[in-house]
Amino acid sequence: MLEFILAAVRAAIPAGTPLLYGTLGEVYAERSGVLNLGVEGMMIMGAVSGFAVAQTTGSAGLGILAAAIVGGLLALIHAFASITLRVNQVVSGLALTMLGLGISGMIGKKFVGQPLAARLQPIHIPGLSDLPILGELLFKFDIMVYLGILLVPALWFVLYKTRIGVTLRSVGENPSAADALGVNVAFVRYAAVAFGGMMAGIGGAYLSISYAPAWIEGMTAGAGWIVVALTIFAIWDPRRALLGAYLFGGVRVLQFRLQPLGVSPNLLNMLPFILTILVLWLSSGQAAKRRIGAPAALMTAYSREER
Amino acid sequence: MTSALPESQATVILRGIVKRFPGVTANNGANLEVRKGEIHALLGENGAGKTSLMNVLYGIYHPDEGEIWVNGQKVTIHSPQDAIRLGIGMIHQQYRLVQTHSVTENVVLGLKEYFFFPEKAARAHILELAEKYGMKMDPDARIWQLSAGEQQRVEILKALYRGVKILIMDEPTAMLTPGEAMELLHILRRMTAEGLTVIFITHKLEEVVEVSNRVTVMRQGKSITTLETTKTTQSELAQLMVGRDVLFHLDKKAVEAGADVLKVERLNVMNDKGLPAVVDLSLDVRAGEIFGIAGVSGNGQRELVEAVTGLRPISGGRIIVNGQDITQSPPRARIKSGIGFVPGERWMALIPGMSVADNMILKNYARPPIGNGPLLDREAVAAHTESLIKEYAISTPDRHTPIKRLSGGNIQRALLAREISEKPSLLIVAQPTSGLDVGATETIWNLLLEERARGAAVLLISDDLKEALALSDRLAVIFEGQIMGQFAAREANLEHIGLMMAGALRPGLAAAKDNSTAGESA
Amino acid sequence: MKLPRIRFEKRLTSPRWLPVASLAGGLALAMLTIAIIFAVLGVNPLVAFQRIFQGGFGSAYGLQETITKTIPLILAGVGLTLAFKGRMYNIGAEGQLLIGAIFATGIARAFPDWPSFLLIPALFIVGFLGGALWAAIPAVLKTRFRVDEVLTSLMLVYVANEAVKFLVYGPWRGSDTRGFPITDEFSAAAQIPSIKSTRIHYPTLIVAILLAILVYLLLTRTKLGYEIRVTGENPDASRYAGMDYQKIALLVMIISGGLAGLAGMGEVAGIHFRLRPPEAISPGYGFTAIIVAWLARLNPLAAILTSFLLGGLLVGGDAIQIALNLPAATVQIFNGVILLFVIASELFNQYKLRLEV
Repeated sequence: MLEFILAAVRAAIPAGTPLLYGTLGEVYAERSGVLNLGVEGMMIMGAVSGFAVAQTTGSAGLGILAAAIVGGLLALIHAFASITLRVNQVVSGLALTMLGLGISGMIGKKFVGQPLAARLQPIHIPGLSDLPILGELLFKFDIMVYLGILLVPALWFVLYKTRIGVTLRSVGENPSAADALGVNVAFVRYAAVAFGGMMAGIGGAYLSISYAPAWIEGMTAGAGWIVVALTIFAIWDPRRALLGAYLFGGVRVLQFRLQPLGVSPNLLNMLPFILTILVLWLSSGQAAKRRIGAPAALMTAYSREER
Repeated sequence: MTSALPESQATVILRGIVKRFPGVTANNGANLEVRKGEIHALLGENGAGKTSLMNVLYGIYHPDEGEIWVNGQKVTIHSPQDAIRLGIGMIHQQYRLVQTHSVTENVVLGLKEYFFFPEKAARAHILELAEKYGMKMDPDARIWQLSAGEQQRVEILKALYRGVKILIMDEPTAMLTPGEAMELLHILRRMTAEGLTVIFITHKLEEVVEVSNRVTVMRQGKSITTLETTKTTQSELAQLMVGRDVLFHLDKKAVEAGADVLKVERLNVMNDKGLPAVVDLSLDVRAGEIFGIAGVSGNGQRELVEAVTGLRPISGGRIIVNGQDITQSPPRARIKSGIGFVPGERWMALIPGMSVADNMILKNYARPPIGNGPLLDREAVAAHTESLIKEYAISTPDRHTPIKRLSGGNIQRALLAREISEKPSLLIVAQPTSGLDVGATETIWNLLLEERARGAAVLLISDDLKEALALSDRLAVIFEGQIMGQFAAREANLEHIGLMMAGALRPGLAAAKDNSTAGESA
Repeated sequence: MKLPRIRFEKRLTSPRWLPVASLAGGLALAMLTIAIIFAVLGVNPLVAFQRIFQGGFGSAYGLQETITKTIPLILAGVGLTLAFKGRMYNIGAEGQLLIGAIFATGIARAFPDWPSFLLIPALFIVGFLGGALWAAIPAVLKTRFRVDEVLTSLMLVYVANEAVKFLVYGPWRGSDTRGFPITDEFSAAAQIPSIKSTRIHYPTLIVAILLAILVYLLLTRTKLGYEIRVTGENPDASRYAGMDYQKIALLVMIISGGLAGLAGMGEVAGIHFRLRPPEAISPGYGFTAIIVAWLARLNPLAAILTSFLLGGLLVGGDAIQIALNLPAATVQIFNGVILLFVIASELFNQYKLRLEV
């Protein structure tokens, strides 16, 4: 039994890592008032560009960097459409996902079936990694896992304890209040959406460079949609994003381990989405909205003239 | 660009300000001169151009003509940020606060001096400012936990924190309880004692007299005069605000008023914020009369008509139409019971993107001849629309044209035509001619008089006193959700009406002050 | 940081040709963008476009396949025109489609011995019911609890997805399937007939076209349709006129979900004759239907035409997959770019855009 739990945790953390990156980014985007349903598209583009660059340059780091840039650029399309042109955020995000799925297939065609030479290696932390059980459990992952964990308190701190975060959340809550005090609402939203895209790109690259070091068409397999769900499930808070990502990541890997025990993997897979609907339902009251702080201006375009 | 200071005392001078919008001139040569350290009231009815003039000063609007001088310098103000740099702040009627954030976070939003939160220095500075001007304030409270008065203090702190020396406040007491209003006036006095200047937009005479040093009266986009508050009276201000040319007679046929059609008994209604908007209001409207409700808009008129038409829940009282208690009836049943409604917000009753024909059937689509079982009879729709277009001379290319393409006068005529064609026993009309030109206004007025002649009971809501006086048989003045007085329009005393609209003359007092004009009491 | 500002000015008047022109302009720009993407990725766009057109519309077989794929797109797309007209942003048609397929499979499995004159109408009815039920969840959450229908309907897509997988991998997995995750084949009576030697299950096609016409008539000729249009264009006016918002919102969601459910029923009972994993039943018809509806400017009759075009695109996408050795997802580039440009072009009907630097 202990062994089973150890194996489960050991598997859940890497499986949750791409979700974590994506969710942290989407939390920032939605906190600024922009829903981006293009996460799936940005992740898959991150996966393919990360793999392509890592494979051609031989550097996993460059691959991840490239994925961040590609994800960010893709997000800017959504930003332009939904912030500047004030197109419906839902439709624009859906279009981005379709676009990403389509282009990634074409780019990745020649990489199908290639094993990645420059994969990320687990890092060895002297002392810690050699601990019995604990070392095996917590200290034998690659750098991106730890970076993801470190980003959680960092992003939480920025969001709640710095001017950047206060400004960002103000724009997502009441853009006209921020505008009246000289905050450039459009710029803040562009930046948040672009950051969300970069994080989604990195999350995708983690899949193709570390988790399953290969390019497989459509390899995100709906991870982007889980990110959208997780963002709500985490109630737009980076700390709960960590918990949610490992939980849902765990669900994704555990389905195969639990199957012999008679637990249907498919019913397990429904959980993230059902839980998200429950969260939406429970937080629908006015009082609950205030208490848990869902961004009030989410999905609404801002324009000074039509206040 | 700098020039010599024209008048040494003045901290702000506006000269010859003209601001035009498509179809409307909001300011037409307005002047204002504000002295350092004074509370300067800007008094006028709705649409007199007060807020627009202040938006020019705060950089939200760019004037088409005119000059702005601040502290002896001629300036051009492009944006609120420019205004703040010049030491000018403005607090709008709608507060711009982030509800889920703390007071401190709201106050320092947009400033670059701090990076980490919660910032102790900022917090301390806020407390210090609050103390200095006599405000109680918890810098860590969330905005949604605060009352309207406390939220306003956060807005004031935002301005003070940025070193504002001249503070513009737009109708600052509109959302406050009387107690909170008193506290505010107290704070404002403290501010001027410290050398700050306050410009105070209002239509309430009581407040002007109570708090201001000087007052500038505005009417129809122009500044009429500036007076020392101690050297004027509420009645003089009321006359200046309303104007002397209000009496305007229209050929009204004598119509014998019939039975009560609408009876409202001790009605209480809340506004969107959950504050009382209509308080214990009673009135009755008879067949064949126009009952006017005059008053500055925002005093419960909207909530009153929405309550009568069933669009807004009430918190107490009864509504009776043609002898039937409709207090609990849904809107559809009230329409059936014979209520026609032309709201002040026209687009609430029209579908801009849909055709004239689709708009003309909004009230009668569900029953024959338009509604035919589950179907719409398209020929009947066409016939109905064409007959309305013809009868009411609505100018439109054809009945398929989206209604938003028509001119303002034709849109209003179409809306009124639709409501009148239902032959309502009670017709509720709010601001029927706002934004219309003289010709269109005349047409609308005549249509309303024809309805009266037909025997309909007409409830007219208007913040245009000229209109209310010209059309009404009986007139009531509303202020803060209460009827201040009610009288036959023929016997109206303008001075009293002005005082009542501004809240300076209350029921009970009216009879005592002048028995001859208070024809009937509420 | 100074960014150039795009300013919007509301149009007070606009010429009649503008909606057509902006749509045509949007589509032209979309095609240009797609061509550029293809060129950058090293595929000659002219060749690709030609192959797609050839594949979807250029041969009898291509046309047959296009019509086959048009059927679910009409059904789901027409439903969405109705929902969007009533301002209910149902983006979960894909999930409603899958639940329709499940319900249909349930009936086919439960009553294999019924005669087809009973079983086939029953399939249509339960297919509709399944989709309607699935759409009713976000509708009730919206009308009763003000939960945004966009996110809930979307989340339910993935729940439906897993539900199909659960059934075909679990309790409904067939006995003669050699381990494949599929159900047993439906009895012959539960198989909707097709035109000879094609996969065009014409009863569904006829029903789809009839429903498109019916929804069109509903919107333009009935009291209910009038209420839907008024509510969608201006909810305030709908309240003012005493219309029942809850009833209208629920109804348009249920009808749109039901139509999507019919689409799913048609796929399992008209083509596969069994329930299969979700990606085998639908290549995303429910999402493509969103494009169908917007491209048709929410006109149900026009949705027949746009379904045919997008159906052809799907078939053409399969063709270039083989001819140019491109991955199956390539066609999604068309979907994404067209959707972006179509919805952006709609803006030009309402606003004039001005660039300020």
